[in-house]
Amino acid sequence: MPEARKAILGQIRSAIGRDALADAAAAALDARRPTHTRIAFEDALVERFIARFTSRSGTVERVASLLDVPAAVEAYRQQHGLPARAAIARPLAGLPWPADFAHHPGPAGKDEVLSVTACLAAIAEMGSLMLASGPDSPTTLNFVPDHHLIVLHETQIVRHFEDAWAILRACPGGMPRATNIVSGPSRTGDIELTIQLGAHGPRSVHVILVR
Amino acid sequence: MKVSSPQFKEKSVIALADPRLRQALGQSRKGFVNKRAELVGELPEFEQLRDEARDLKNHVLDNLDHYLERYEAAVTAAGGHVHWARDAEEARSIILNICQRVNAKTITKGKSMVSEEIGLNEALEAKGYTVVETDLGEYIIQLAHEPPSHIIAPAIHKTKEQVSELFETAHGGPRKSTVADLVTEARLVLRDKYFQADVGITGGNFLVAETGSSIIVTNEGNGDLTQTLAKVHIVTSGIERIVPTLEDVALFLRILARSATGQETETYTTLSTGPRRPDDVDGPEEYHVVLVDNGRSKMLGGKFQDMLRCIRCGACMNHCPVYGAIGGHAYGWVYPGPMGAVLTPLFVGLDATYDLPNACTLNGRCESVCPVRIPLPELLRELRHMQYQQGIRPPGEQRALGAWRFVAERPRLYQFANRLAARVLKGLGGRTGRIGSLPFASAWTDSRDMPAPEGKTFLELWQAKPR
Amino acid sequence: MPPSPRVGLFATCLMNLFRPNIGFATVKLLEEAGCMVEVPLAQTCCGQPGYNNGDFDAARALARQLIAVFEGFDYVVGPSGSCMATLRVDYPKLFENDADWLPRAEALAAKSWELLSFLTDVRGMSAVQADYAGTVTYHDSCSGLRSLGIQQQPRLLLASVGGLELTEMRDAEVCCGFGGTFCVKYPEISSRMADEKCANIDAAGVDTLLGGDLGCLLHMAGRLKRQGSTVKVFHTAEVLAGMATGEGIGGVPE
Repeated sequence: MPEARKAILGQIRSAIGRDALADAAAAALDARRPTHTRIAFEDALVERFIARFTSRSGTVERVASLLDVPAAVEAYRQQHGLPARAAIARPLAGLPWPADFAHHPGPAGKDEVLSVTACLAAIAEMGSLMLASGPDSPTTLNFVPDHHLIVLHETQIVRHFEDAWAILRACPGGMPRATNIVSGPSRTGDIELTIQLGAHGPRSVHVILVR
Repeated sequence: MKVSSPQFKEKSVIALADPRLRQALGQSRKGFVNKRAELVGELPEFEQLRDEARDLKNHVLDNLDHYLERYEAAVTAAGGHVHWARDAEEARSIILNICQRVNAKTITKGKSMVSEEIGLNEALEAKGYTVVETDLGEYIIQLAHEPPSHIIAPAIHKTKEQVSELFETAHGGPRKSTVADLVTEARLVLRDKYFQADVGITGGNFLVAETGSSIIVTNEGNGDLTQTLAKVHIVTSGIERIVPTLEDVALFLRILARSATGQETETYTTLSTGPRRPDDVDGPEEYHVVLVDNGRSKMLGGKFQDMLRCIRCGACMNHCPVYGAIGGHAYGWVYPGPMGAVLTPLFVGLDATYDLPNACTLNGRCESVCPVRIPLPELLRELRHMQYQQGIRPPGEQRALGAWRFVAERPRLYQFANRLAARVLKGLGGRTGRIGSLPFASAWTDSRDMPAPEGKTFLELWQAKPR
Repeated sequence: MPPSPRVGLFATCLMNLFRPNIGFATVKLLEEAGCMVEVPLAQTCCGQPGYNNGDFDAARALARQLIAVFEGFDYVVGPSGSCMATLRVDYPKLFENDADWLPRAEALAAKSWELLSFLTDVRGMSAVQADYAGTVTYHDSCSGLRSLGIQQQPRLLLASVGGLELTEMRDAEVCCGFGGTFCVKYPEISSRMADEKCANIDAAGVDTLLGGDLGCLLHMAGRLKRQGSTVKVFHTAEVLAGMATGEGIGGVPE
């Protein structure tokens, strides 16, 4: 509705008491890169990430190398009594998975129970993971299965949101379609403020942290 | 949505008499307030962050036209569509047109206060669409056919037993009694809906001008399933929810959850930028944003501009003792509590909302926790001033104010009236020193004794005192 | 600052009518703090009821009257956070578009003080000579707390009172439901808020409730007495001046 657009912008400008910004003023606003106060902390990034992420019922397991990931997934699967199948994001498909372990790159269907994905980064300040959508990382893998396992390399942990934005801005195709910042398993407090995990998204988010 | 604010008094009295509501509100007061206090206490930067958030919002409002245009261009560049709606009706018709064009049947919805504001569900249902709220709280009140009573915890007024009854009726037995079982039941029922949905509608906590992203901040993941699995994703958002850059998003992420639920962060923060890309295997095929004005641009540049800073966190209502006593429904429209008491009169008119700005003690606790430092008591007082000027007041009250002013402007008359009152009231108090019933002050004495004066006023005694 | 400043006592409406003892306690404390106290007889109300009910013109009329009465003093002091916040915070706002009165309103605001913050923050008082044999809890009245930052001052002075034991109640800083005309416009909501407060007072297990605003104290005392509570209610100044004798606000127990 072009007339609505015109009317709203017109009303805004008349309320502010000026016309559309001149080019120079607009360019100055576009160049604005604010530096807001960041939350100071002294702990090392890995420790901070683990402490904050696990404070919200996320779990973290540390392994020595990427090659240890299949065994860690297998142990998790058996521990939780899950069937031998998963949606595994493409970058991890080439790992030495057990022969009887059925996997596909996604998307995740309605009855998917387990997914294993990589991530773009982790943010230490509040203990969050950042995942960007794409053929290597379908968004459904982050939300549909009951169990979401995320492979994170220690070197991927950055300090603040601002550091994560730099990674996002450097994505080859520009901003990903969906950027999911995940800080633990799905939860709700909507009934009597009683926290219950697994409201709609994963009941369990497990990080396999590679040294 | 229908406005029932004129029945505020009746509804508040009914709410006060509801023991289950009292129990539910008591729990929420403890939960939200204590958790926020704990987290804020751990964060030495918090007050500074509030200042920066206030300043940033003011900056956005001063340049709102520019940032809206930049945002629109960025959404378009990412393959999305931006629609502008002057009012609720335009917003509804934009969304109805999209649903009709894609031949939708099932529509899933993430939490969106703007969609409540524009009465979207009723409009969609009237056209025969199946509308499913997917936020657990919203789902519960949809089953109960009630409006939300809190902007972030819409079913906060419901006890577990009430939810259990609603689910039994809606889903068929067996009846669940624990919160865990109730949540699981809703999870399974709603899971089918996400996959069936033709259109998924969400709100937008923030719209990023730099990237053209809409952001939702949630705990359950329902919003993400809604917007990922439907063929078409529609975002409804107020025009004031723009932030310039991702750096500015970081600032708000540091205060939003702490203020709202007393969490360090909510579980999911998702930035959505346009529709599915050519090589994506999931995600919506279309991405639309409906920018809703609905009275907001008229608040710019005036006495109520500060209200446009609101980020809908709910801290004001969590800390409001009036809200804590009566809950959200008495306020009679979409937004309850202090922020609702300011917004509702501005959106639906002063006439139908007399009580909202008045049912407040101006105690200031809301302002003291507002993450963007909105001077809520001052805005409520300003609304009272507008009511006074427009004569929207019970006539008795207007006369009483006039009489009070007449006497208080005349010191000798004023002192005389006080001396008289001191004597009469002392007499009525008798031996106990308090008055149990006073016909012209029954609004006080129905529920409280009135401590009686001592017989002489201070000024009288002071004059008589030898010095 | 003159060594012995001339202080104009603002005799707040409720104190003047309901509880002169608070006024005399105020005078005593001010004199102990080395002030010369005067009580101008031409004073009436600060105008807050008009301001809070949207009648800004009435509020301005009374404000002008009060400014004229008090502007010659070194300080204006009153035993109420609520009334003094009106002078200190609201008057300059009321006259923000009035070039003649704004400077006078600002000048008055700068020398207007709530009693206890004046004693501690201006006069440097940190202890009083008084005794009170009782366990007390203190209610933070909203205007004093949030508009004037009065929180530590009363607690500091109360700590020096011989025999007095202070127990903090839960939610001491939550409104009691008085709210000026609110308490009679919305009596049911107001009473529920008072009930929450009374329950917290009760849970603190004290025999005395103190506060710095008579409106709130009348309200809480009225609800406590209606419920048959034996808790005594005094203004903080009465205790600090050693003048908290008798049954307190609201009279004898049932």
